[in-house]
Amino acid sequence: MWALFFIKIIMIRKILTYFTFPIFFVWLLVVSYNSSKRKPDSVMELFTDLSWLYDWPKWLDIPLMKWINDGFKVFNEKYGIYFEVINDFLLGAILSLKKFLIVLPWPVVIALVVAVVFFSSGRKIGTTVFVGFCTFFIGFLHPKFWDKAIETTSIMIIGIIICIIIGIPLGIAMSRNNKVRNAILPVLDLMQTIPSFCYLIPGIMLFGLGAVPAIIATVIYAVPPLVRLTDLGITLVDTEVIEAAEAFGASPKQKLLGVQLPLALPNIMQGINQCTMMALAMVVIASMIGTRGLGDEVLLGLQQLNVGKATEAGLAIVLLAIVLDRITQAYGKRIQDRNKPPE
Amino acid sequence: MSKIEIKNIYKIFGPKPDQVLSMVQNGADKEQVLEETGHTVGLDNVSLSIEEGEIFVCMGLSGSGKSTLIRHINRLIDPTAGQVLVNDVDVLSLDEKEILEFRKKTMSMVFQRFGLFPHKTIIENVAYGLEIQEVPEDKRKEIAQGQIDAVGLQGFENQYPAQLSGGMQQRVGLARALATDPQILLMDEAFSALDPLIRSEMQSQLVDLQSKLKKTIVFITHDLDESLKLGDHIGILNGGRLVQVGRPEDIILNPADDYVKAFVKDVNRSKVLRAKTVMTKIDKFDTSGINPSSTYKYDEDTFIEELVPKVLKDRSTIEVIDKNGSTTGYISSDELSEALTKTK
Repeated sequence: MWALFFIKIIMIRKILTYFTFPIFFVWLLVVSYNSSKRKPDSVMELFTDLSWLYDWPKWLDIPLMKWINDGFKVFNEKYGIYFEVINDFLLGAILSLKKFLIVLPWPVVIALVVAVVFFSSGRKIGTTVFVGFCTFFIGFLHPKFWDKAIETTSIMIIGIIICIIIGIPLGIAMSRNNKVRNAILPVLDLMQTIPSFCYLIPGIMLFGLGAVPAIIATVIYAVPPLVRLTDLGITLVDTEVIEAAEAFGASPKQKLLGVQLPLALPNIMQGINQCTMMALAMVVIASMIGTRGLGDEVLLGLQQLNVGKATEAGLAIVLLAIVLDRITQAYGKRIQDRNKPPE
Repeated sequence: MSKIEIKNIYKIFGPKPDQVLSMVQNGADKEQVLEETGHTVGLDNVSLSIEEGEIFVCMGLSGSGKSTLIRHINRLIDPTAGQVLVNDVDVLSLDEKEILEFRKKTMSMVFQRFGLFPHKTIIENVAYGLEIQEVPEDKRKEIAQGQIDAVGLQGFENQYPAQLSGGMQQRVGLARALATDPQILLMDEAFSALDPLIRSEMQSQLVDLQSKLKKTIVFITHDLDESLKLGDHIGILNGGRLVQVGRPEDIILNPADDYVKAFVKDVNRSKVLRAKTVMTKIDKFDTSGINPSSTYKYDEDTFIEELVPKVLKDRSTIEVIDKNGSTTGYISSDELSEALTKTK
């Protein structure tokens, strides 16, 4: 009796999955036909006049553009106020960070960078000296670049902090539950492949021109590798080590904070490193929506057909990338050395 | 009351274990189930009882389900059907919080590849169980230090596991398991990854520790010699089924089937059999031929390994005595040769 009941439920679910998609597809066809302005006078014409089979007919068109535009408009009117709050907050954060770094004399900033590299790399002299020189050369290339580099760095640091706040918890959630992973993975694929202009424009409409839409774009573009590597790092932790923690009665929280995250840290640091590099790649694109920084020098050189200027600015971006890469990379490597699995 | 009772445990791996269960219960074997349903039978109607204070060795080749079985005791794995009782408490009835408490209080585990935390120092590793129990830091350092001393690793407290050799790492694993003073110790192929010399050293160390601590130990191995050396009782698993349970000499002298027979074929019997199992009882032994001057007295629990040179070289007879000193039987070259050659 009960078994029969369950079999029925399973069958109904199967029928639903087999039928929902075709029904949805037919519904889309009907909607696009009805909403089109260039449809034939009556449906019967489709059967008498077969010319629509040669060229893609004008009425076979999902009105996705209209839906998105209408939806976005309503969204903007209803929730725009919240975005202003976010905008003010982020802008404040960037400005105060920038102000702090610009007020400092440039030798002090270089010294700070050198100190950070020295300690994060485990006191490696070679790396430290190299990074120190790279930092110096950013200003050395063109005095104007120093302030611009600081502006770019401030935007990136805020962007990366947001990436970490969003990315690591997402990665943890993915590693714990396959359903969550299956739901998030296609979204990450979408974020990585969709051209950045597609989200720059709504970004501008919500936040206005400037640094904040650039940060949003940076986060969308740069967060996927961090999420993926956090997930991978946690999944790769030796099952026997996890079992050991469980056998001693560790709760899921104790397991995560005491064992999984520390052991996934090299991968997570690699994720942050990738995140940084991808964020830098957004700098030039972001300059097109009025974000100031090293990117707009490249853009300027491009517009004036000034090869030297564009190259110089491009080099400065590369130098900045090297500096940030060394800092994040070195720290990750140091943890990895210690965590080398016992042979 | 037994310390651990396992009653009719079935474990089937696959997407729909419940549907396959009845097939297994009706006697289908592992290959058949795999072929027809794609499910793997981990354990097939296993029942065991393990007494307090003994070393119970669970032996089988890889894929026989021995590691699956040990993980049922602390419920790292849930069975498809059956019951597990520890201290007369049904482990399967515990909810999520209770199971954590149960693992903290009653048992700990030692792993084949050690399962040490590579990001923690040796002393932090040993203190892990206490850390989980939220013992204050200075207290747990003190206990951990005691355990490190007990396994002979003084001076390595602040190193990381990767800096130690395999044998030392497993000592850390053992110290970590003992630091919480558990009633039950689960050892999953604990010495299998070690080289032979270190392994035998660790076995002796375990026997020494056990004579002081009297824990209930469940030991998993694929090595018959190891199980004979350590086990008070041995259970042999094959294809998820428990083939035989018994004392080491039962297994050697009365193997239950061809599988066990093949296993015990190459065993060095003289290291396993004791005087009392091979002797001829005093009332059945013809004492007329004994030369009193070449008769030696031995305790009934002596391994016959010790008796072989006496009997073979000096042609002497062994007089077996019990704990009170009275003679219970005799061993001559006849008894020895019969015990050492083949199964009855």
